[in-house]
Amino acid sequence: MDTGDTAWVLASAALVLLMTPGLALFYGGMVRAKTVLNMMMMSFGALALISVLWVLYGYSMAFGDDIGGGIVGSPFEFFGLSGLLGTAGLDGGFAATSLVFTVPSMAFVAFQAVFAIITVALISGAIADRARFGPWLVFAGVWATIVYFPIAHWVFAFNGAESETGGWIANDLLAIDFAGGTAVHINAGAAGLALAYVLGKRRGFGSEPMRPHNLPLVMIGAGLLWFGWFGFNAGSAISANGQAAEVWVTTMVATGAASLGWLVVERVRDGHATSLGGASGVVAGLVAITPSCSSVTPIGAIIVGALAGVLCALAVGLKYRFGYDDSLDVVGVHLVGGLWGTLAVGLLASSAATAGVDGLFYGGGVDQLWRQAVGAFAVLITSFVLTYLIGQAIQKTMGFRIDEEAEESGIDNAEHAESAYDFTSLGGGGGGGIGSGAGAARAAVGASSGSARGASE
Amino acid sequence: MRLVTAIIKPFKLDDVKKALETVGVAGLTVSEVQGFGRQKGHTEVYRGAEYQVDFVPKVRIEVLVDGADAARVIDVIVDAARTGSIGDGKVWVTAVEDVVRVRTGERGTDAL
Repeated sequence: MDTGDTAWVLASAALVLLMTPGLALFYGGMVRAKTVLNMMMMSFGALALISVLWVLYGYSMAFGDDIGGGIVGSPFEFFGLSGLLGTAGLDGGFAATSLVFTVPSMAFVAFQAVFAIITVALISGAIADRARFGPWLVFAGVWATIVYFPIAHWVFAFNGAESETGGWIANDLLAIDFAGGTAVHINAGAAGLALAYVLGKRRGFGSEPMRPHNLPLVMIGAGLLWFGWFGFNAGSAISANGQAAEVWVTTMVATGAASLGWLVVERVRDGHATSLGGASGVVAGLVAITPSCSSVTPIGAIIVGALAGVLCALAVGLKYRFGYDDSLDVVGVHLVGGLWGTLAVGLLASSAATAGVDGLFYGGGVDQLWRQAVGAFAVLITSFVLTYLIGQAIQKTMGFRIDEEAEESGIDNAEHAESAYDFTSLGGGGGGGIGSGAGAARAAVGASSGSARGASE
Repeated sequence: MRLVTAIIKPFKLDDVKKALETVGVAGLTVSEVQGFGRQKGHTEVYRGAEYQVDFVPKVRIEVLVDGADAARVIDVIVDAARTGSIGDGKVWVTAVEDVVRVRTGERGTDAL
């Protein structure tokens, strides 16, 4: 065990955890004032639920010994993680009994847990303002189990790291996905597209304005995502070494270039460089450099980033052309950015970078490019199909979408009985302690909200 | 008695308030409102999608005055609020039947 590596992986895990609350702010600011709490709760709900599932069987499905064909790990091998607990040493120290590379398995458990969480949370942007909270949690749990845990196994489970045999993309196909362009971003983007079709468009999509209610929240969220992403990418070295440092730099510079790329598109096409565009460009760049951060040079990273900003700025318009309501552009940013970044490895990889592979433009031919493409599209198709089936099953049984009246009055009130903002002291009604409070508040506001409440129950 | 209502550009509120003080207006009510006239709204762009924002923020000023003062008060407001560009707003006058001061119960012009 290496204590320096362990410290960096634990710190990185905490950085990546912060990305999900950051995503909640990023998404929350982009929706209308009447739906911001539900938007943020979809991220926090994923944080809560996937934490539990990961410990119970998620880690085992992703990193347990392969049950055949590189498809999924054994869900029972590390069930509950009790097999990974360390022992107190004779010298009073505390030794991990199980290692992944040079860090304790538990550090790797923590680091990979937050990847699973944010992947689920990312999907929620496609179905803003209209998904019931209970069915969303059911979806999150089923989706993580059937889609994410196996795909994480495909991409992240290297032979001999935690278990003897791992997943097919990492070990057989040999596609390079350093930190999750396929498993996280293409996966979440394809799932978002499928759910946008399952749930349908928001009322008034394309006809009434649905502008972001709080752009400073979006900017704070983008900032937290950028900050946390250094754990995501540089932490994926699973070591505090030169590779982590190089990845840190490619991550920074690609992100800056992408933000500029997005702003240039806006300035040329729309006449103004917007704050939402700047923040969106940041995320597009982070997505694209995620798979490629270890395989491109710093100059290559600038190209990856700049093109990601341009491509994603153009791709967010696709939903109007094809008529799906991917509300917060999970497809335009994560699916398109993830595809570009994953394919960029095959084009712009340089053996000067730590992954040691040459892409098409660096004289490596198409060998790496086809591997990247197979990995990317395998994840895309699997995720889209399975997500569509899971979504339809939930819609047909529980009902995924809220009713029209609740959607019109705002999902925050209908699903959570809360409002995000209280700008006035007028009409507050009476309150009280727990127990008396519910009754008193209900009586006080009953006249105005009674009919909506009755209809939604 | 007359109620003078003015819809003006928000940044002109201070000028109008000062001008009204110089002609002896003792009180007024201000509210933030939205609307459009010939100026119409404006366009905003989010991730390339254009949104037509129909309503423009304005300030509404309401002043209760004696019938004899109404014309002068209107002139003062119009002078102070004018920029000469489109969207400067409107001023109108309505007749008021009665006014009561809540604290004392005074009625009519005594309550102004």
